Amino acid sequence: MNNYRYRRLIDLSIRGACIAAVVIAIVPLVLVLTYVTVQGLSGLNLDFFTQLPKPVGETGGGMANAIVGTLEIVALASAIGVPIGILAGVYLSEFGNNRLGKSVRFAADVMSGVPSITVGLFVYGIIVLRTRQFSAWAGAVALAVLMLPTVTRTSEELLRLVPDSLREAALGLGVPRWRATLKVVLRTAAPGIATGVMLAVARVAGETAPLLFTAFGNRFWSASINQPTASLPVQIYTYAVSPYDEWHRQAWTAALVLVVLVLLLNVSARWALHQRVRAS
Amino acid sequence: MKTGPATATNGQPTRPTRGLEELDASSRDLTLHNGARASVPVPEGKEAKISTEDLRVYFGKTRVLHGVNLAVVKGAVTAIIGPSGCGKSTYLRCLNRMHEITPGARVEGRILLDDQDIHGSWIDPVLVRRRVGMVFQKPNPFPTMSIRENVLAGITLNGLRATDTDGVVERRLRQVALWDEVKDNLGRSGSSLSGGQQQRLCIARALALEPEVLLMDEPCSALDPIATARVEELIHELKESYTIVIVTHNMQQAGRVADYTAFFYMGELVEFDRTDVIFTQPKESRTEDYITGRFG
Amino acid sequence: MDTLHSRMSPLRRSGRHGGDALFKGLTAAFAVLIIALLADMAFEMARTSRLSLAHFGWQFIRSTNWDPVRDQFGALPFIYGTVVSSLLALVLAVPISLGASIWLSEFAPGWLKTPIAFLIELLAAVPSVVYGLWGIFVLCPLLRNVVEPLLGKMFGSLPLFQGARQGFGMLAGGIILAIMITPTITSVSREVMKAVPNVLREGSFALGATRAEVVRMAVLPFARSGLVGAVILGLGRALGETMAITMVIGNRSEISASLFSPSYTMASVIANEFTEATGDLYLAALAEIGLLLFAVTVALNIVARLLVWRVARSPV
Repeated sequence: MNNYRYRRLIDLSIRGACIAAVVIAIVPLVLVLTYVTVQGLSGLNLDFFTQLPKPVGETGGGMANAIVGTLEIVALASAIGVPIGILAGVYLSEFGNNRLGKSVRFAADVMSGVPSITVGLFVYGIIVLRTRQFSAWAGAVALAVLMLPTVTRTSEELLRLVPDSLREAALGLGVPRWRATLKVVLRTAAPGIATGVMLAVARVAGETAPLLFTAFGNRFWSASINQPTASLPVQIYTYAVSPYDEWHRQAWTAALVLVVLVLLLNVSARWALHQRVRAS
Repeated sequence: MKTGPATATNGQPTRPTRGLEELDASSRDLTLHNGARASVPVPEGKEAKISTEDLRVYFGKTRVLHGVNLAVVKGAVTAIIGPSGCGKSTYLRCLNRMHEITPGARVEGRILLDDQDIHGSWIDPVLVRRRVGMVFQKPNPFPTMSIRENVLAGITLNGLRATDTDGVVERRLRQVALWDEVKDNLGRSGSSLSGGQQQRLCIARALALEPEVLLMDEPCSALDPIATARVEELIHELKESYTIVIVTHNMQQAGRVADYTAFFYMGELVEFDRTDVIFTQPKESRTEDYITGRFG
Repeated sequence: MDTLHSRMSPLRRSGRHGGDALFKGLTAAFAVLIIALLADMAFEMARTSRLSLAHFGWQFIRSTNWDPVRDQFGALPFIYGTVVSSLLALVLAVPISLGASIWLSEFAPGWLKTPIAFLIELLAAVPSVVYGLWGIFVLCPLLRNVVEPLLGKMFGSLPLFQGARQGFGMLAGGIILAIMITPTITSVSREVMKAVPNVLREGSFALGATRAEVVRMAVLPFARSGLVGAVILGLGRALGETMAITMVIGNRSEISASLFSPSYTMASVIANEFTEATGDLYLAALAEIGLLLFAVTVALNIVARLLVWRVARSPV
């Protein structure tokens, strides 16, 4: 029975090694979140949310413009990317069992792996160069391009899950195809699609690289979306690599706000999904 | 009056769709696509509500329905029976142009609703389907809509206006004998009902559009016997006001609910007659073989 | 809007129902937009970099001379930095990710699976710049004060662990990249292993194999190409990562064998120098680096997905 004991030992050591791997994988998450919370909390005050950045060397000030900027850019990006993505997903699901559909899926998959900085370069070339300035809406376009593949594929998958019998029921009532798709099929898949959209938005809200050459940044309020606009991720980056302690402190606080925002979106999306899976 | 022999495309004579000598006074004569003469038998004194003349259906290159000449009598229940794959559902779906949804489906011949050919491309299938309603095999109420919204779905989805929507809901639900069971909570989701209730809800939904013809594709095959009995009862009541065509693989059901029965086999209409005649004195041997269970 | 009773009107088509064709065309247009965007991306980057492409040719990737003042641009240091940091990240992340995914897929008790998987996915939800921030103020000091002296003492004979220790450098970059690509490799590996048919596992169990042996005999051989695909996807992600690595890698364009020395990646040089680039050639050179990055990650992505698709039988 020596062989068996030996095999049992191997089994246990492999299990142990895998568990160790899981722990090692999770430790950084715990570390990062803890540090962000601890360091960031100290700078969390009303000023942070209401004041503009103070000039270098002065203490105090806040990141009101960056917070608003992020909300603005992400909202704009969603307004662009979400409808296009959902409608593209509708095409793929309802009409897309052909060569065109295959090419679109392939392109979407490839696009989801493209580095975000190259998307920034791309939008720089087509918008910033042409309009000769950095702007919030250029940043929004870059983020929209980033979220497009995810929203499209999620929408397609969820629309495919809607049973054909519902489509038939609507058509049998004399409803034209386009109306049946919008009012019955899309409506049925809506909760799942909303979850997917939330996850996509959470991902782009934290992106920095694509904004570096599009929205750029701003120490003040931006008067319109046609101007360079501050955003939380870019501000964190600028402050973090600066030599000023005060800015470092604010960077941690900003990181805390950003992480809370992103995690909230993430967790509520997954929780909503979990609830629906449980209910069905 | 005898009907002339019809000839198939390969030149071989097919069995004529005869029968109905004792009923037939006026049949509609027509010329088939290959030049032969045939006729669509119409029972004496009755009116054809919806009929097909030389209806051929192709899926891609394969022909699945071979020249069906059939007239559905107004205000009566016509059952379509036959073994699996004989084309009954395909035929039914032609009557409201639902076959078009299948990619690669092609139809030749005429489909007449009140003597108007509804098959042409200049006719809008959407409008056809408002006059010819359909109930499907598996009950399919819209899950995101309440019972009330489901009943009104045909109206709201089409952007039509109806006065007194509450009245419509109550009338249709009473018509399908569902009102008493659900009247206390019309806001419940459509899918929270039992299978039989869901199917009756789908029938109410179809009826809310006030169709003239109601097509039913094996409406009871997913239901238990009690629910089936209630739907059959409903069909009896409905035939006062509607023309009903029901596809069923259950011969006994055809015997229970239908006034007329059409027997399909391998894409052909083999025999059409009053139900009692089909089941007691069928004229075709294939019909007899089927109803005696020699094949299924 | 007509009423319920007005549709006794003739059945002829009215213009109203051309809606179907319009709808199909509109949605198709949006779908095609995706292909157009991808193509335009490639085209734009090629266009912006054509000056540099024409000027330097293949020298661009062979030369180590990056001198904006004299208009000399060689990208080799950045290519080196990118490749080495990503490979280092793989060396660190692959055992961890595979171990975690095997545990989640084969060993984990049901009630633990979801929370642990969720935590690992949360790793991917943390923004890159936050990792970078943590890297600057926590990881790099830790490396400088504790880890690197230790490594230098233990393995100092290897050129890998020689030289000045600042904390910021290749090792920091590799570690942070490893943290960031772990969730990618883990989740794709889990998908791949889920696709292994259960009958294979049952066959091994029936022969009396321990769970670990089942994994070795039945699961891994079947999933092998898919797991390779998962790793390649992780590599692609590492190559394209920008913010976190820019913040910890030191940003000095030198090629050195030591893991302690600072380095510079392709994404970092673009991030740092693009907005300050004076001169068309400078811009074009940076854009050419972006083009290279784009081309390589796209190629890797395609290869990876083909491998994963072979096992999982569906696009992941």
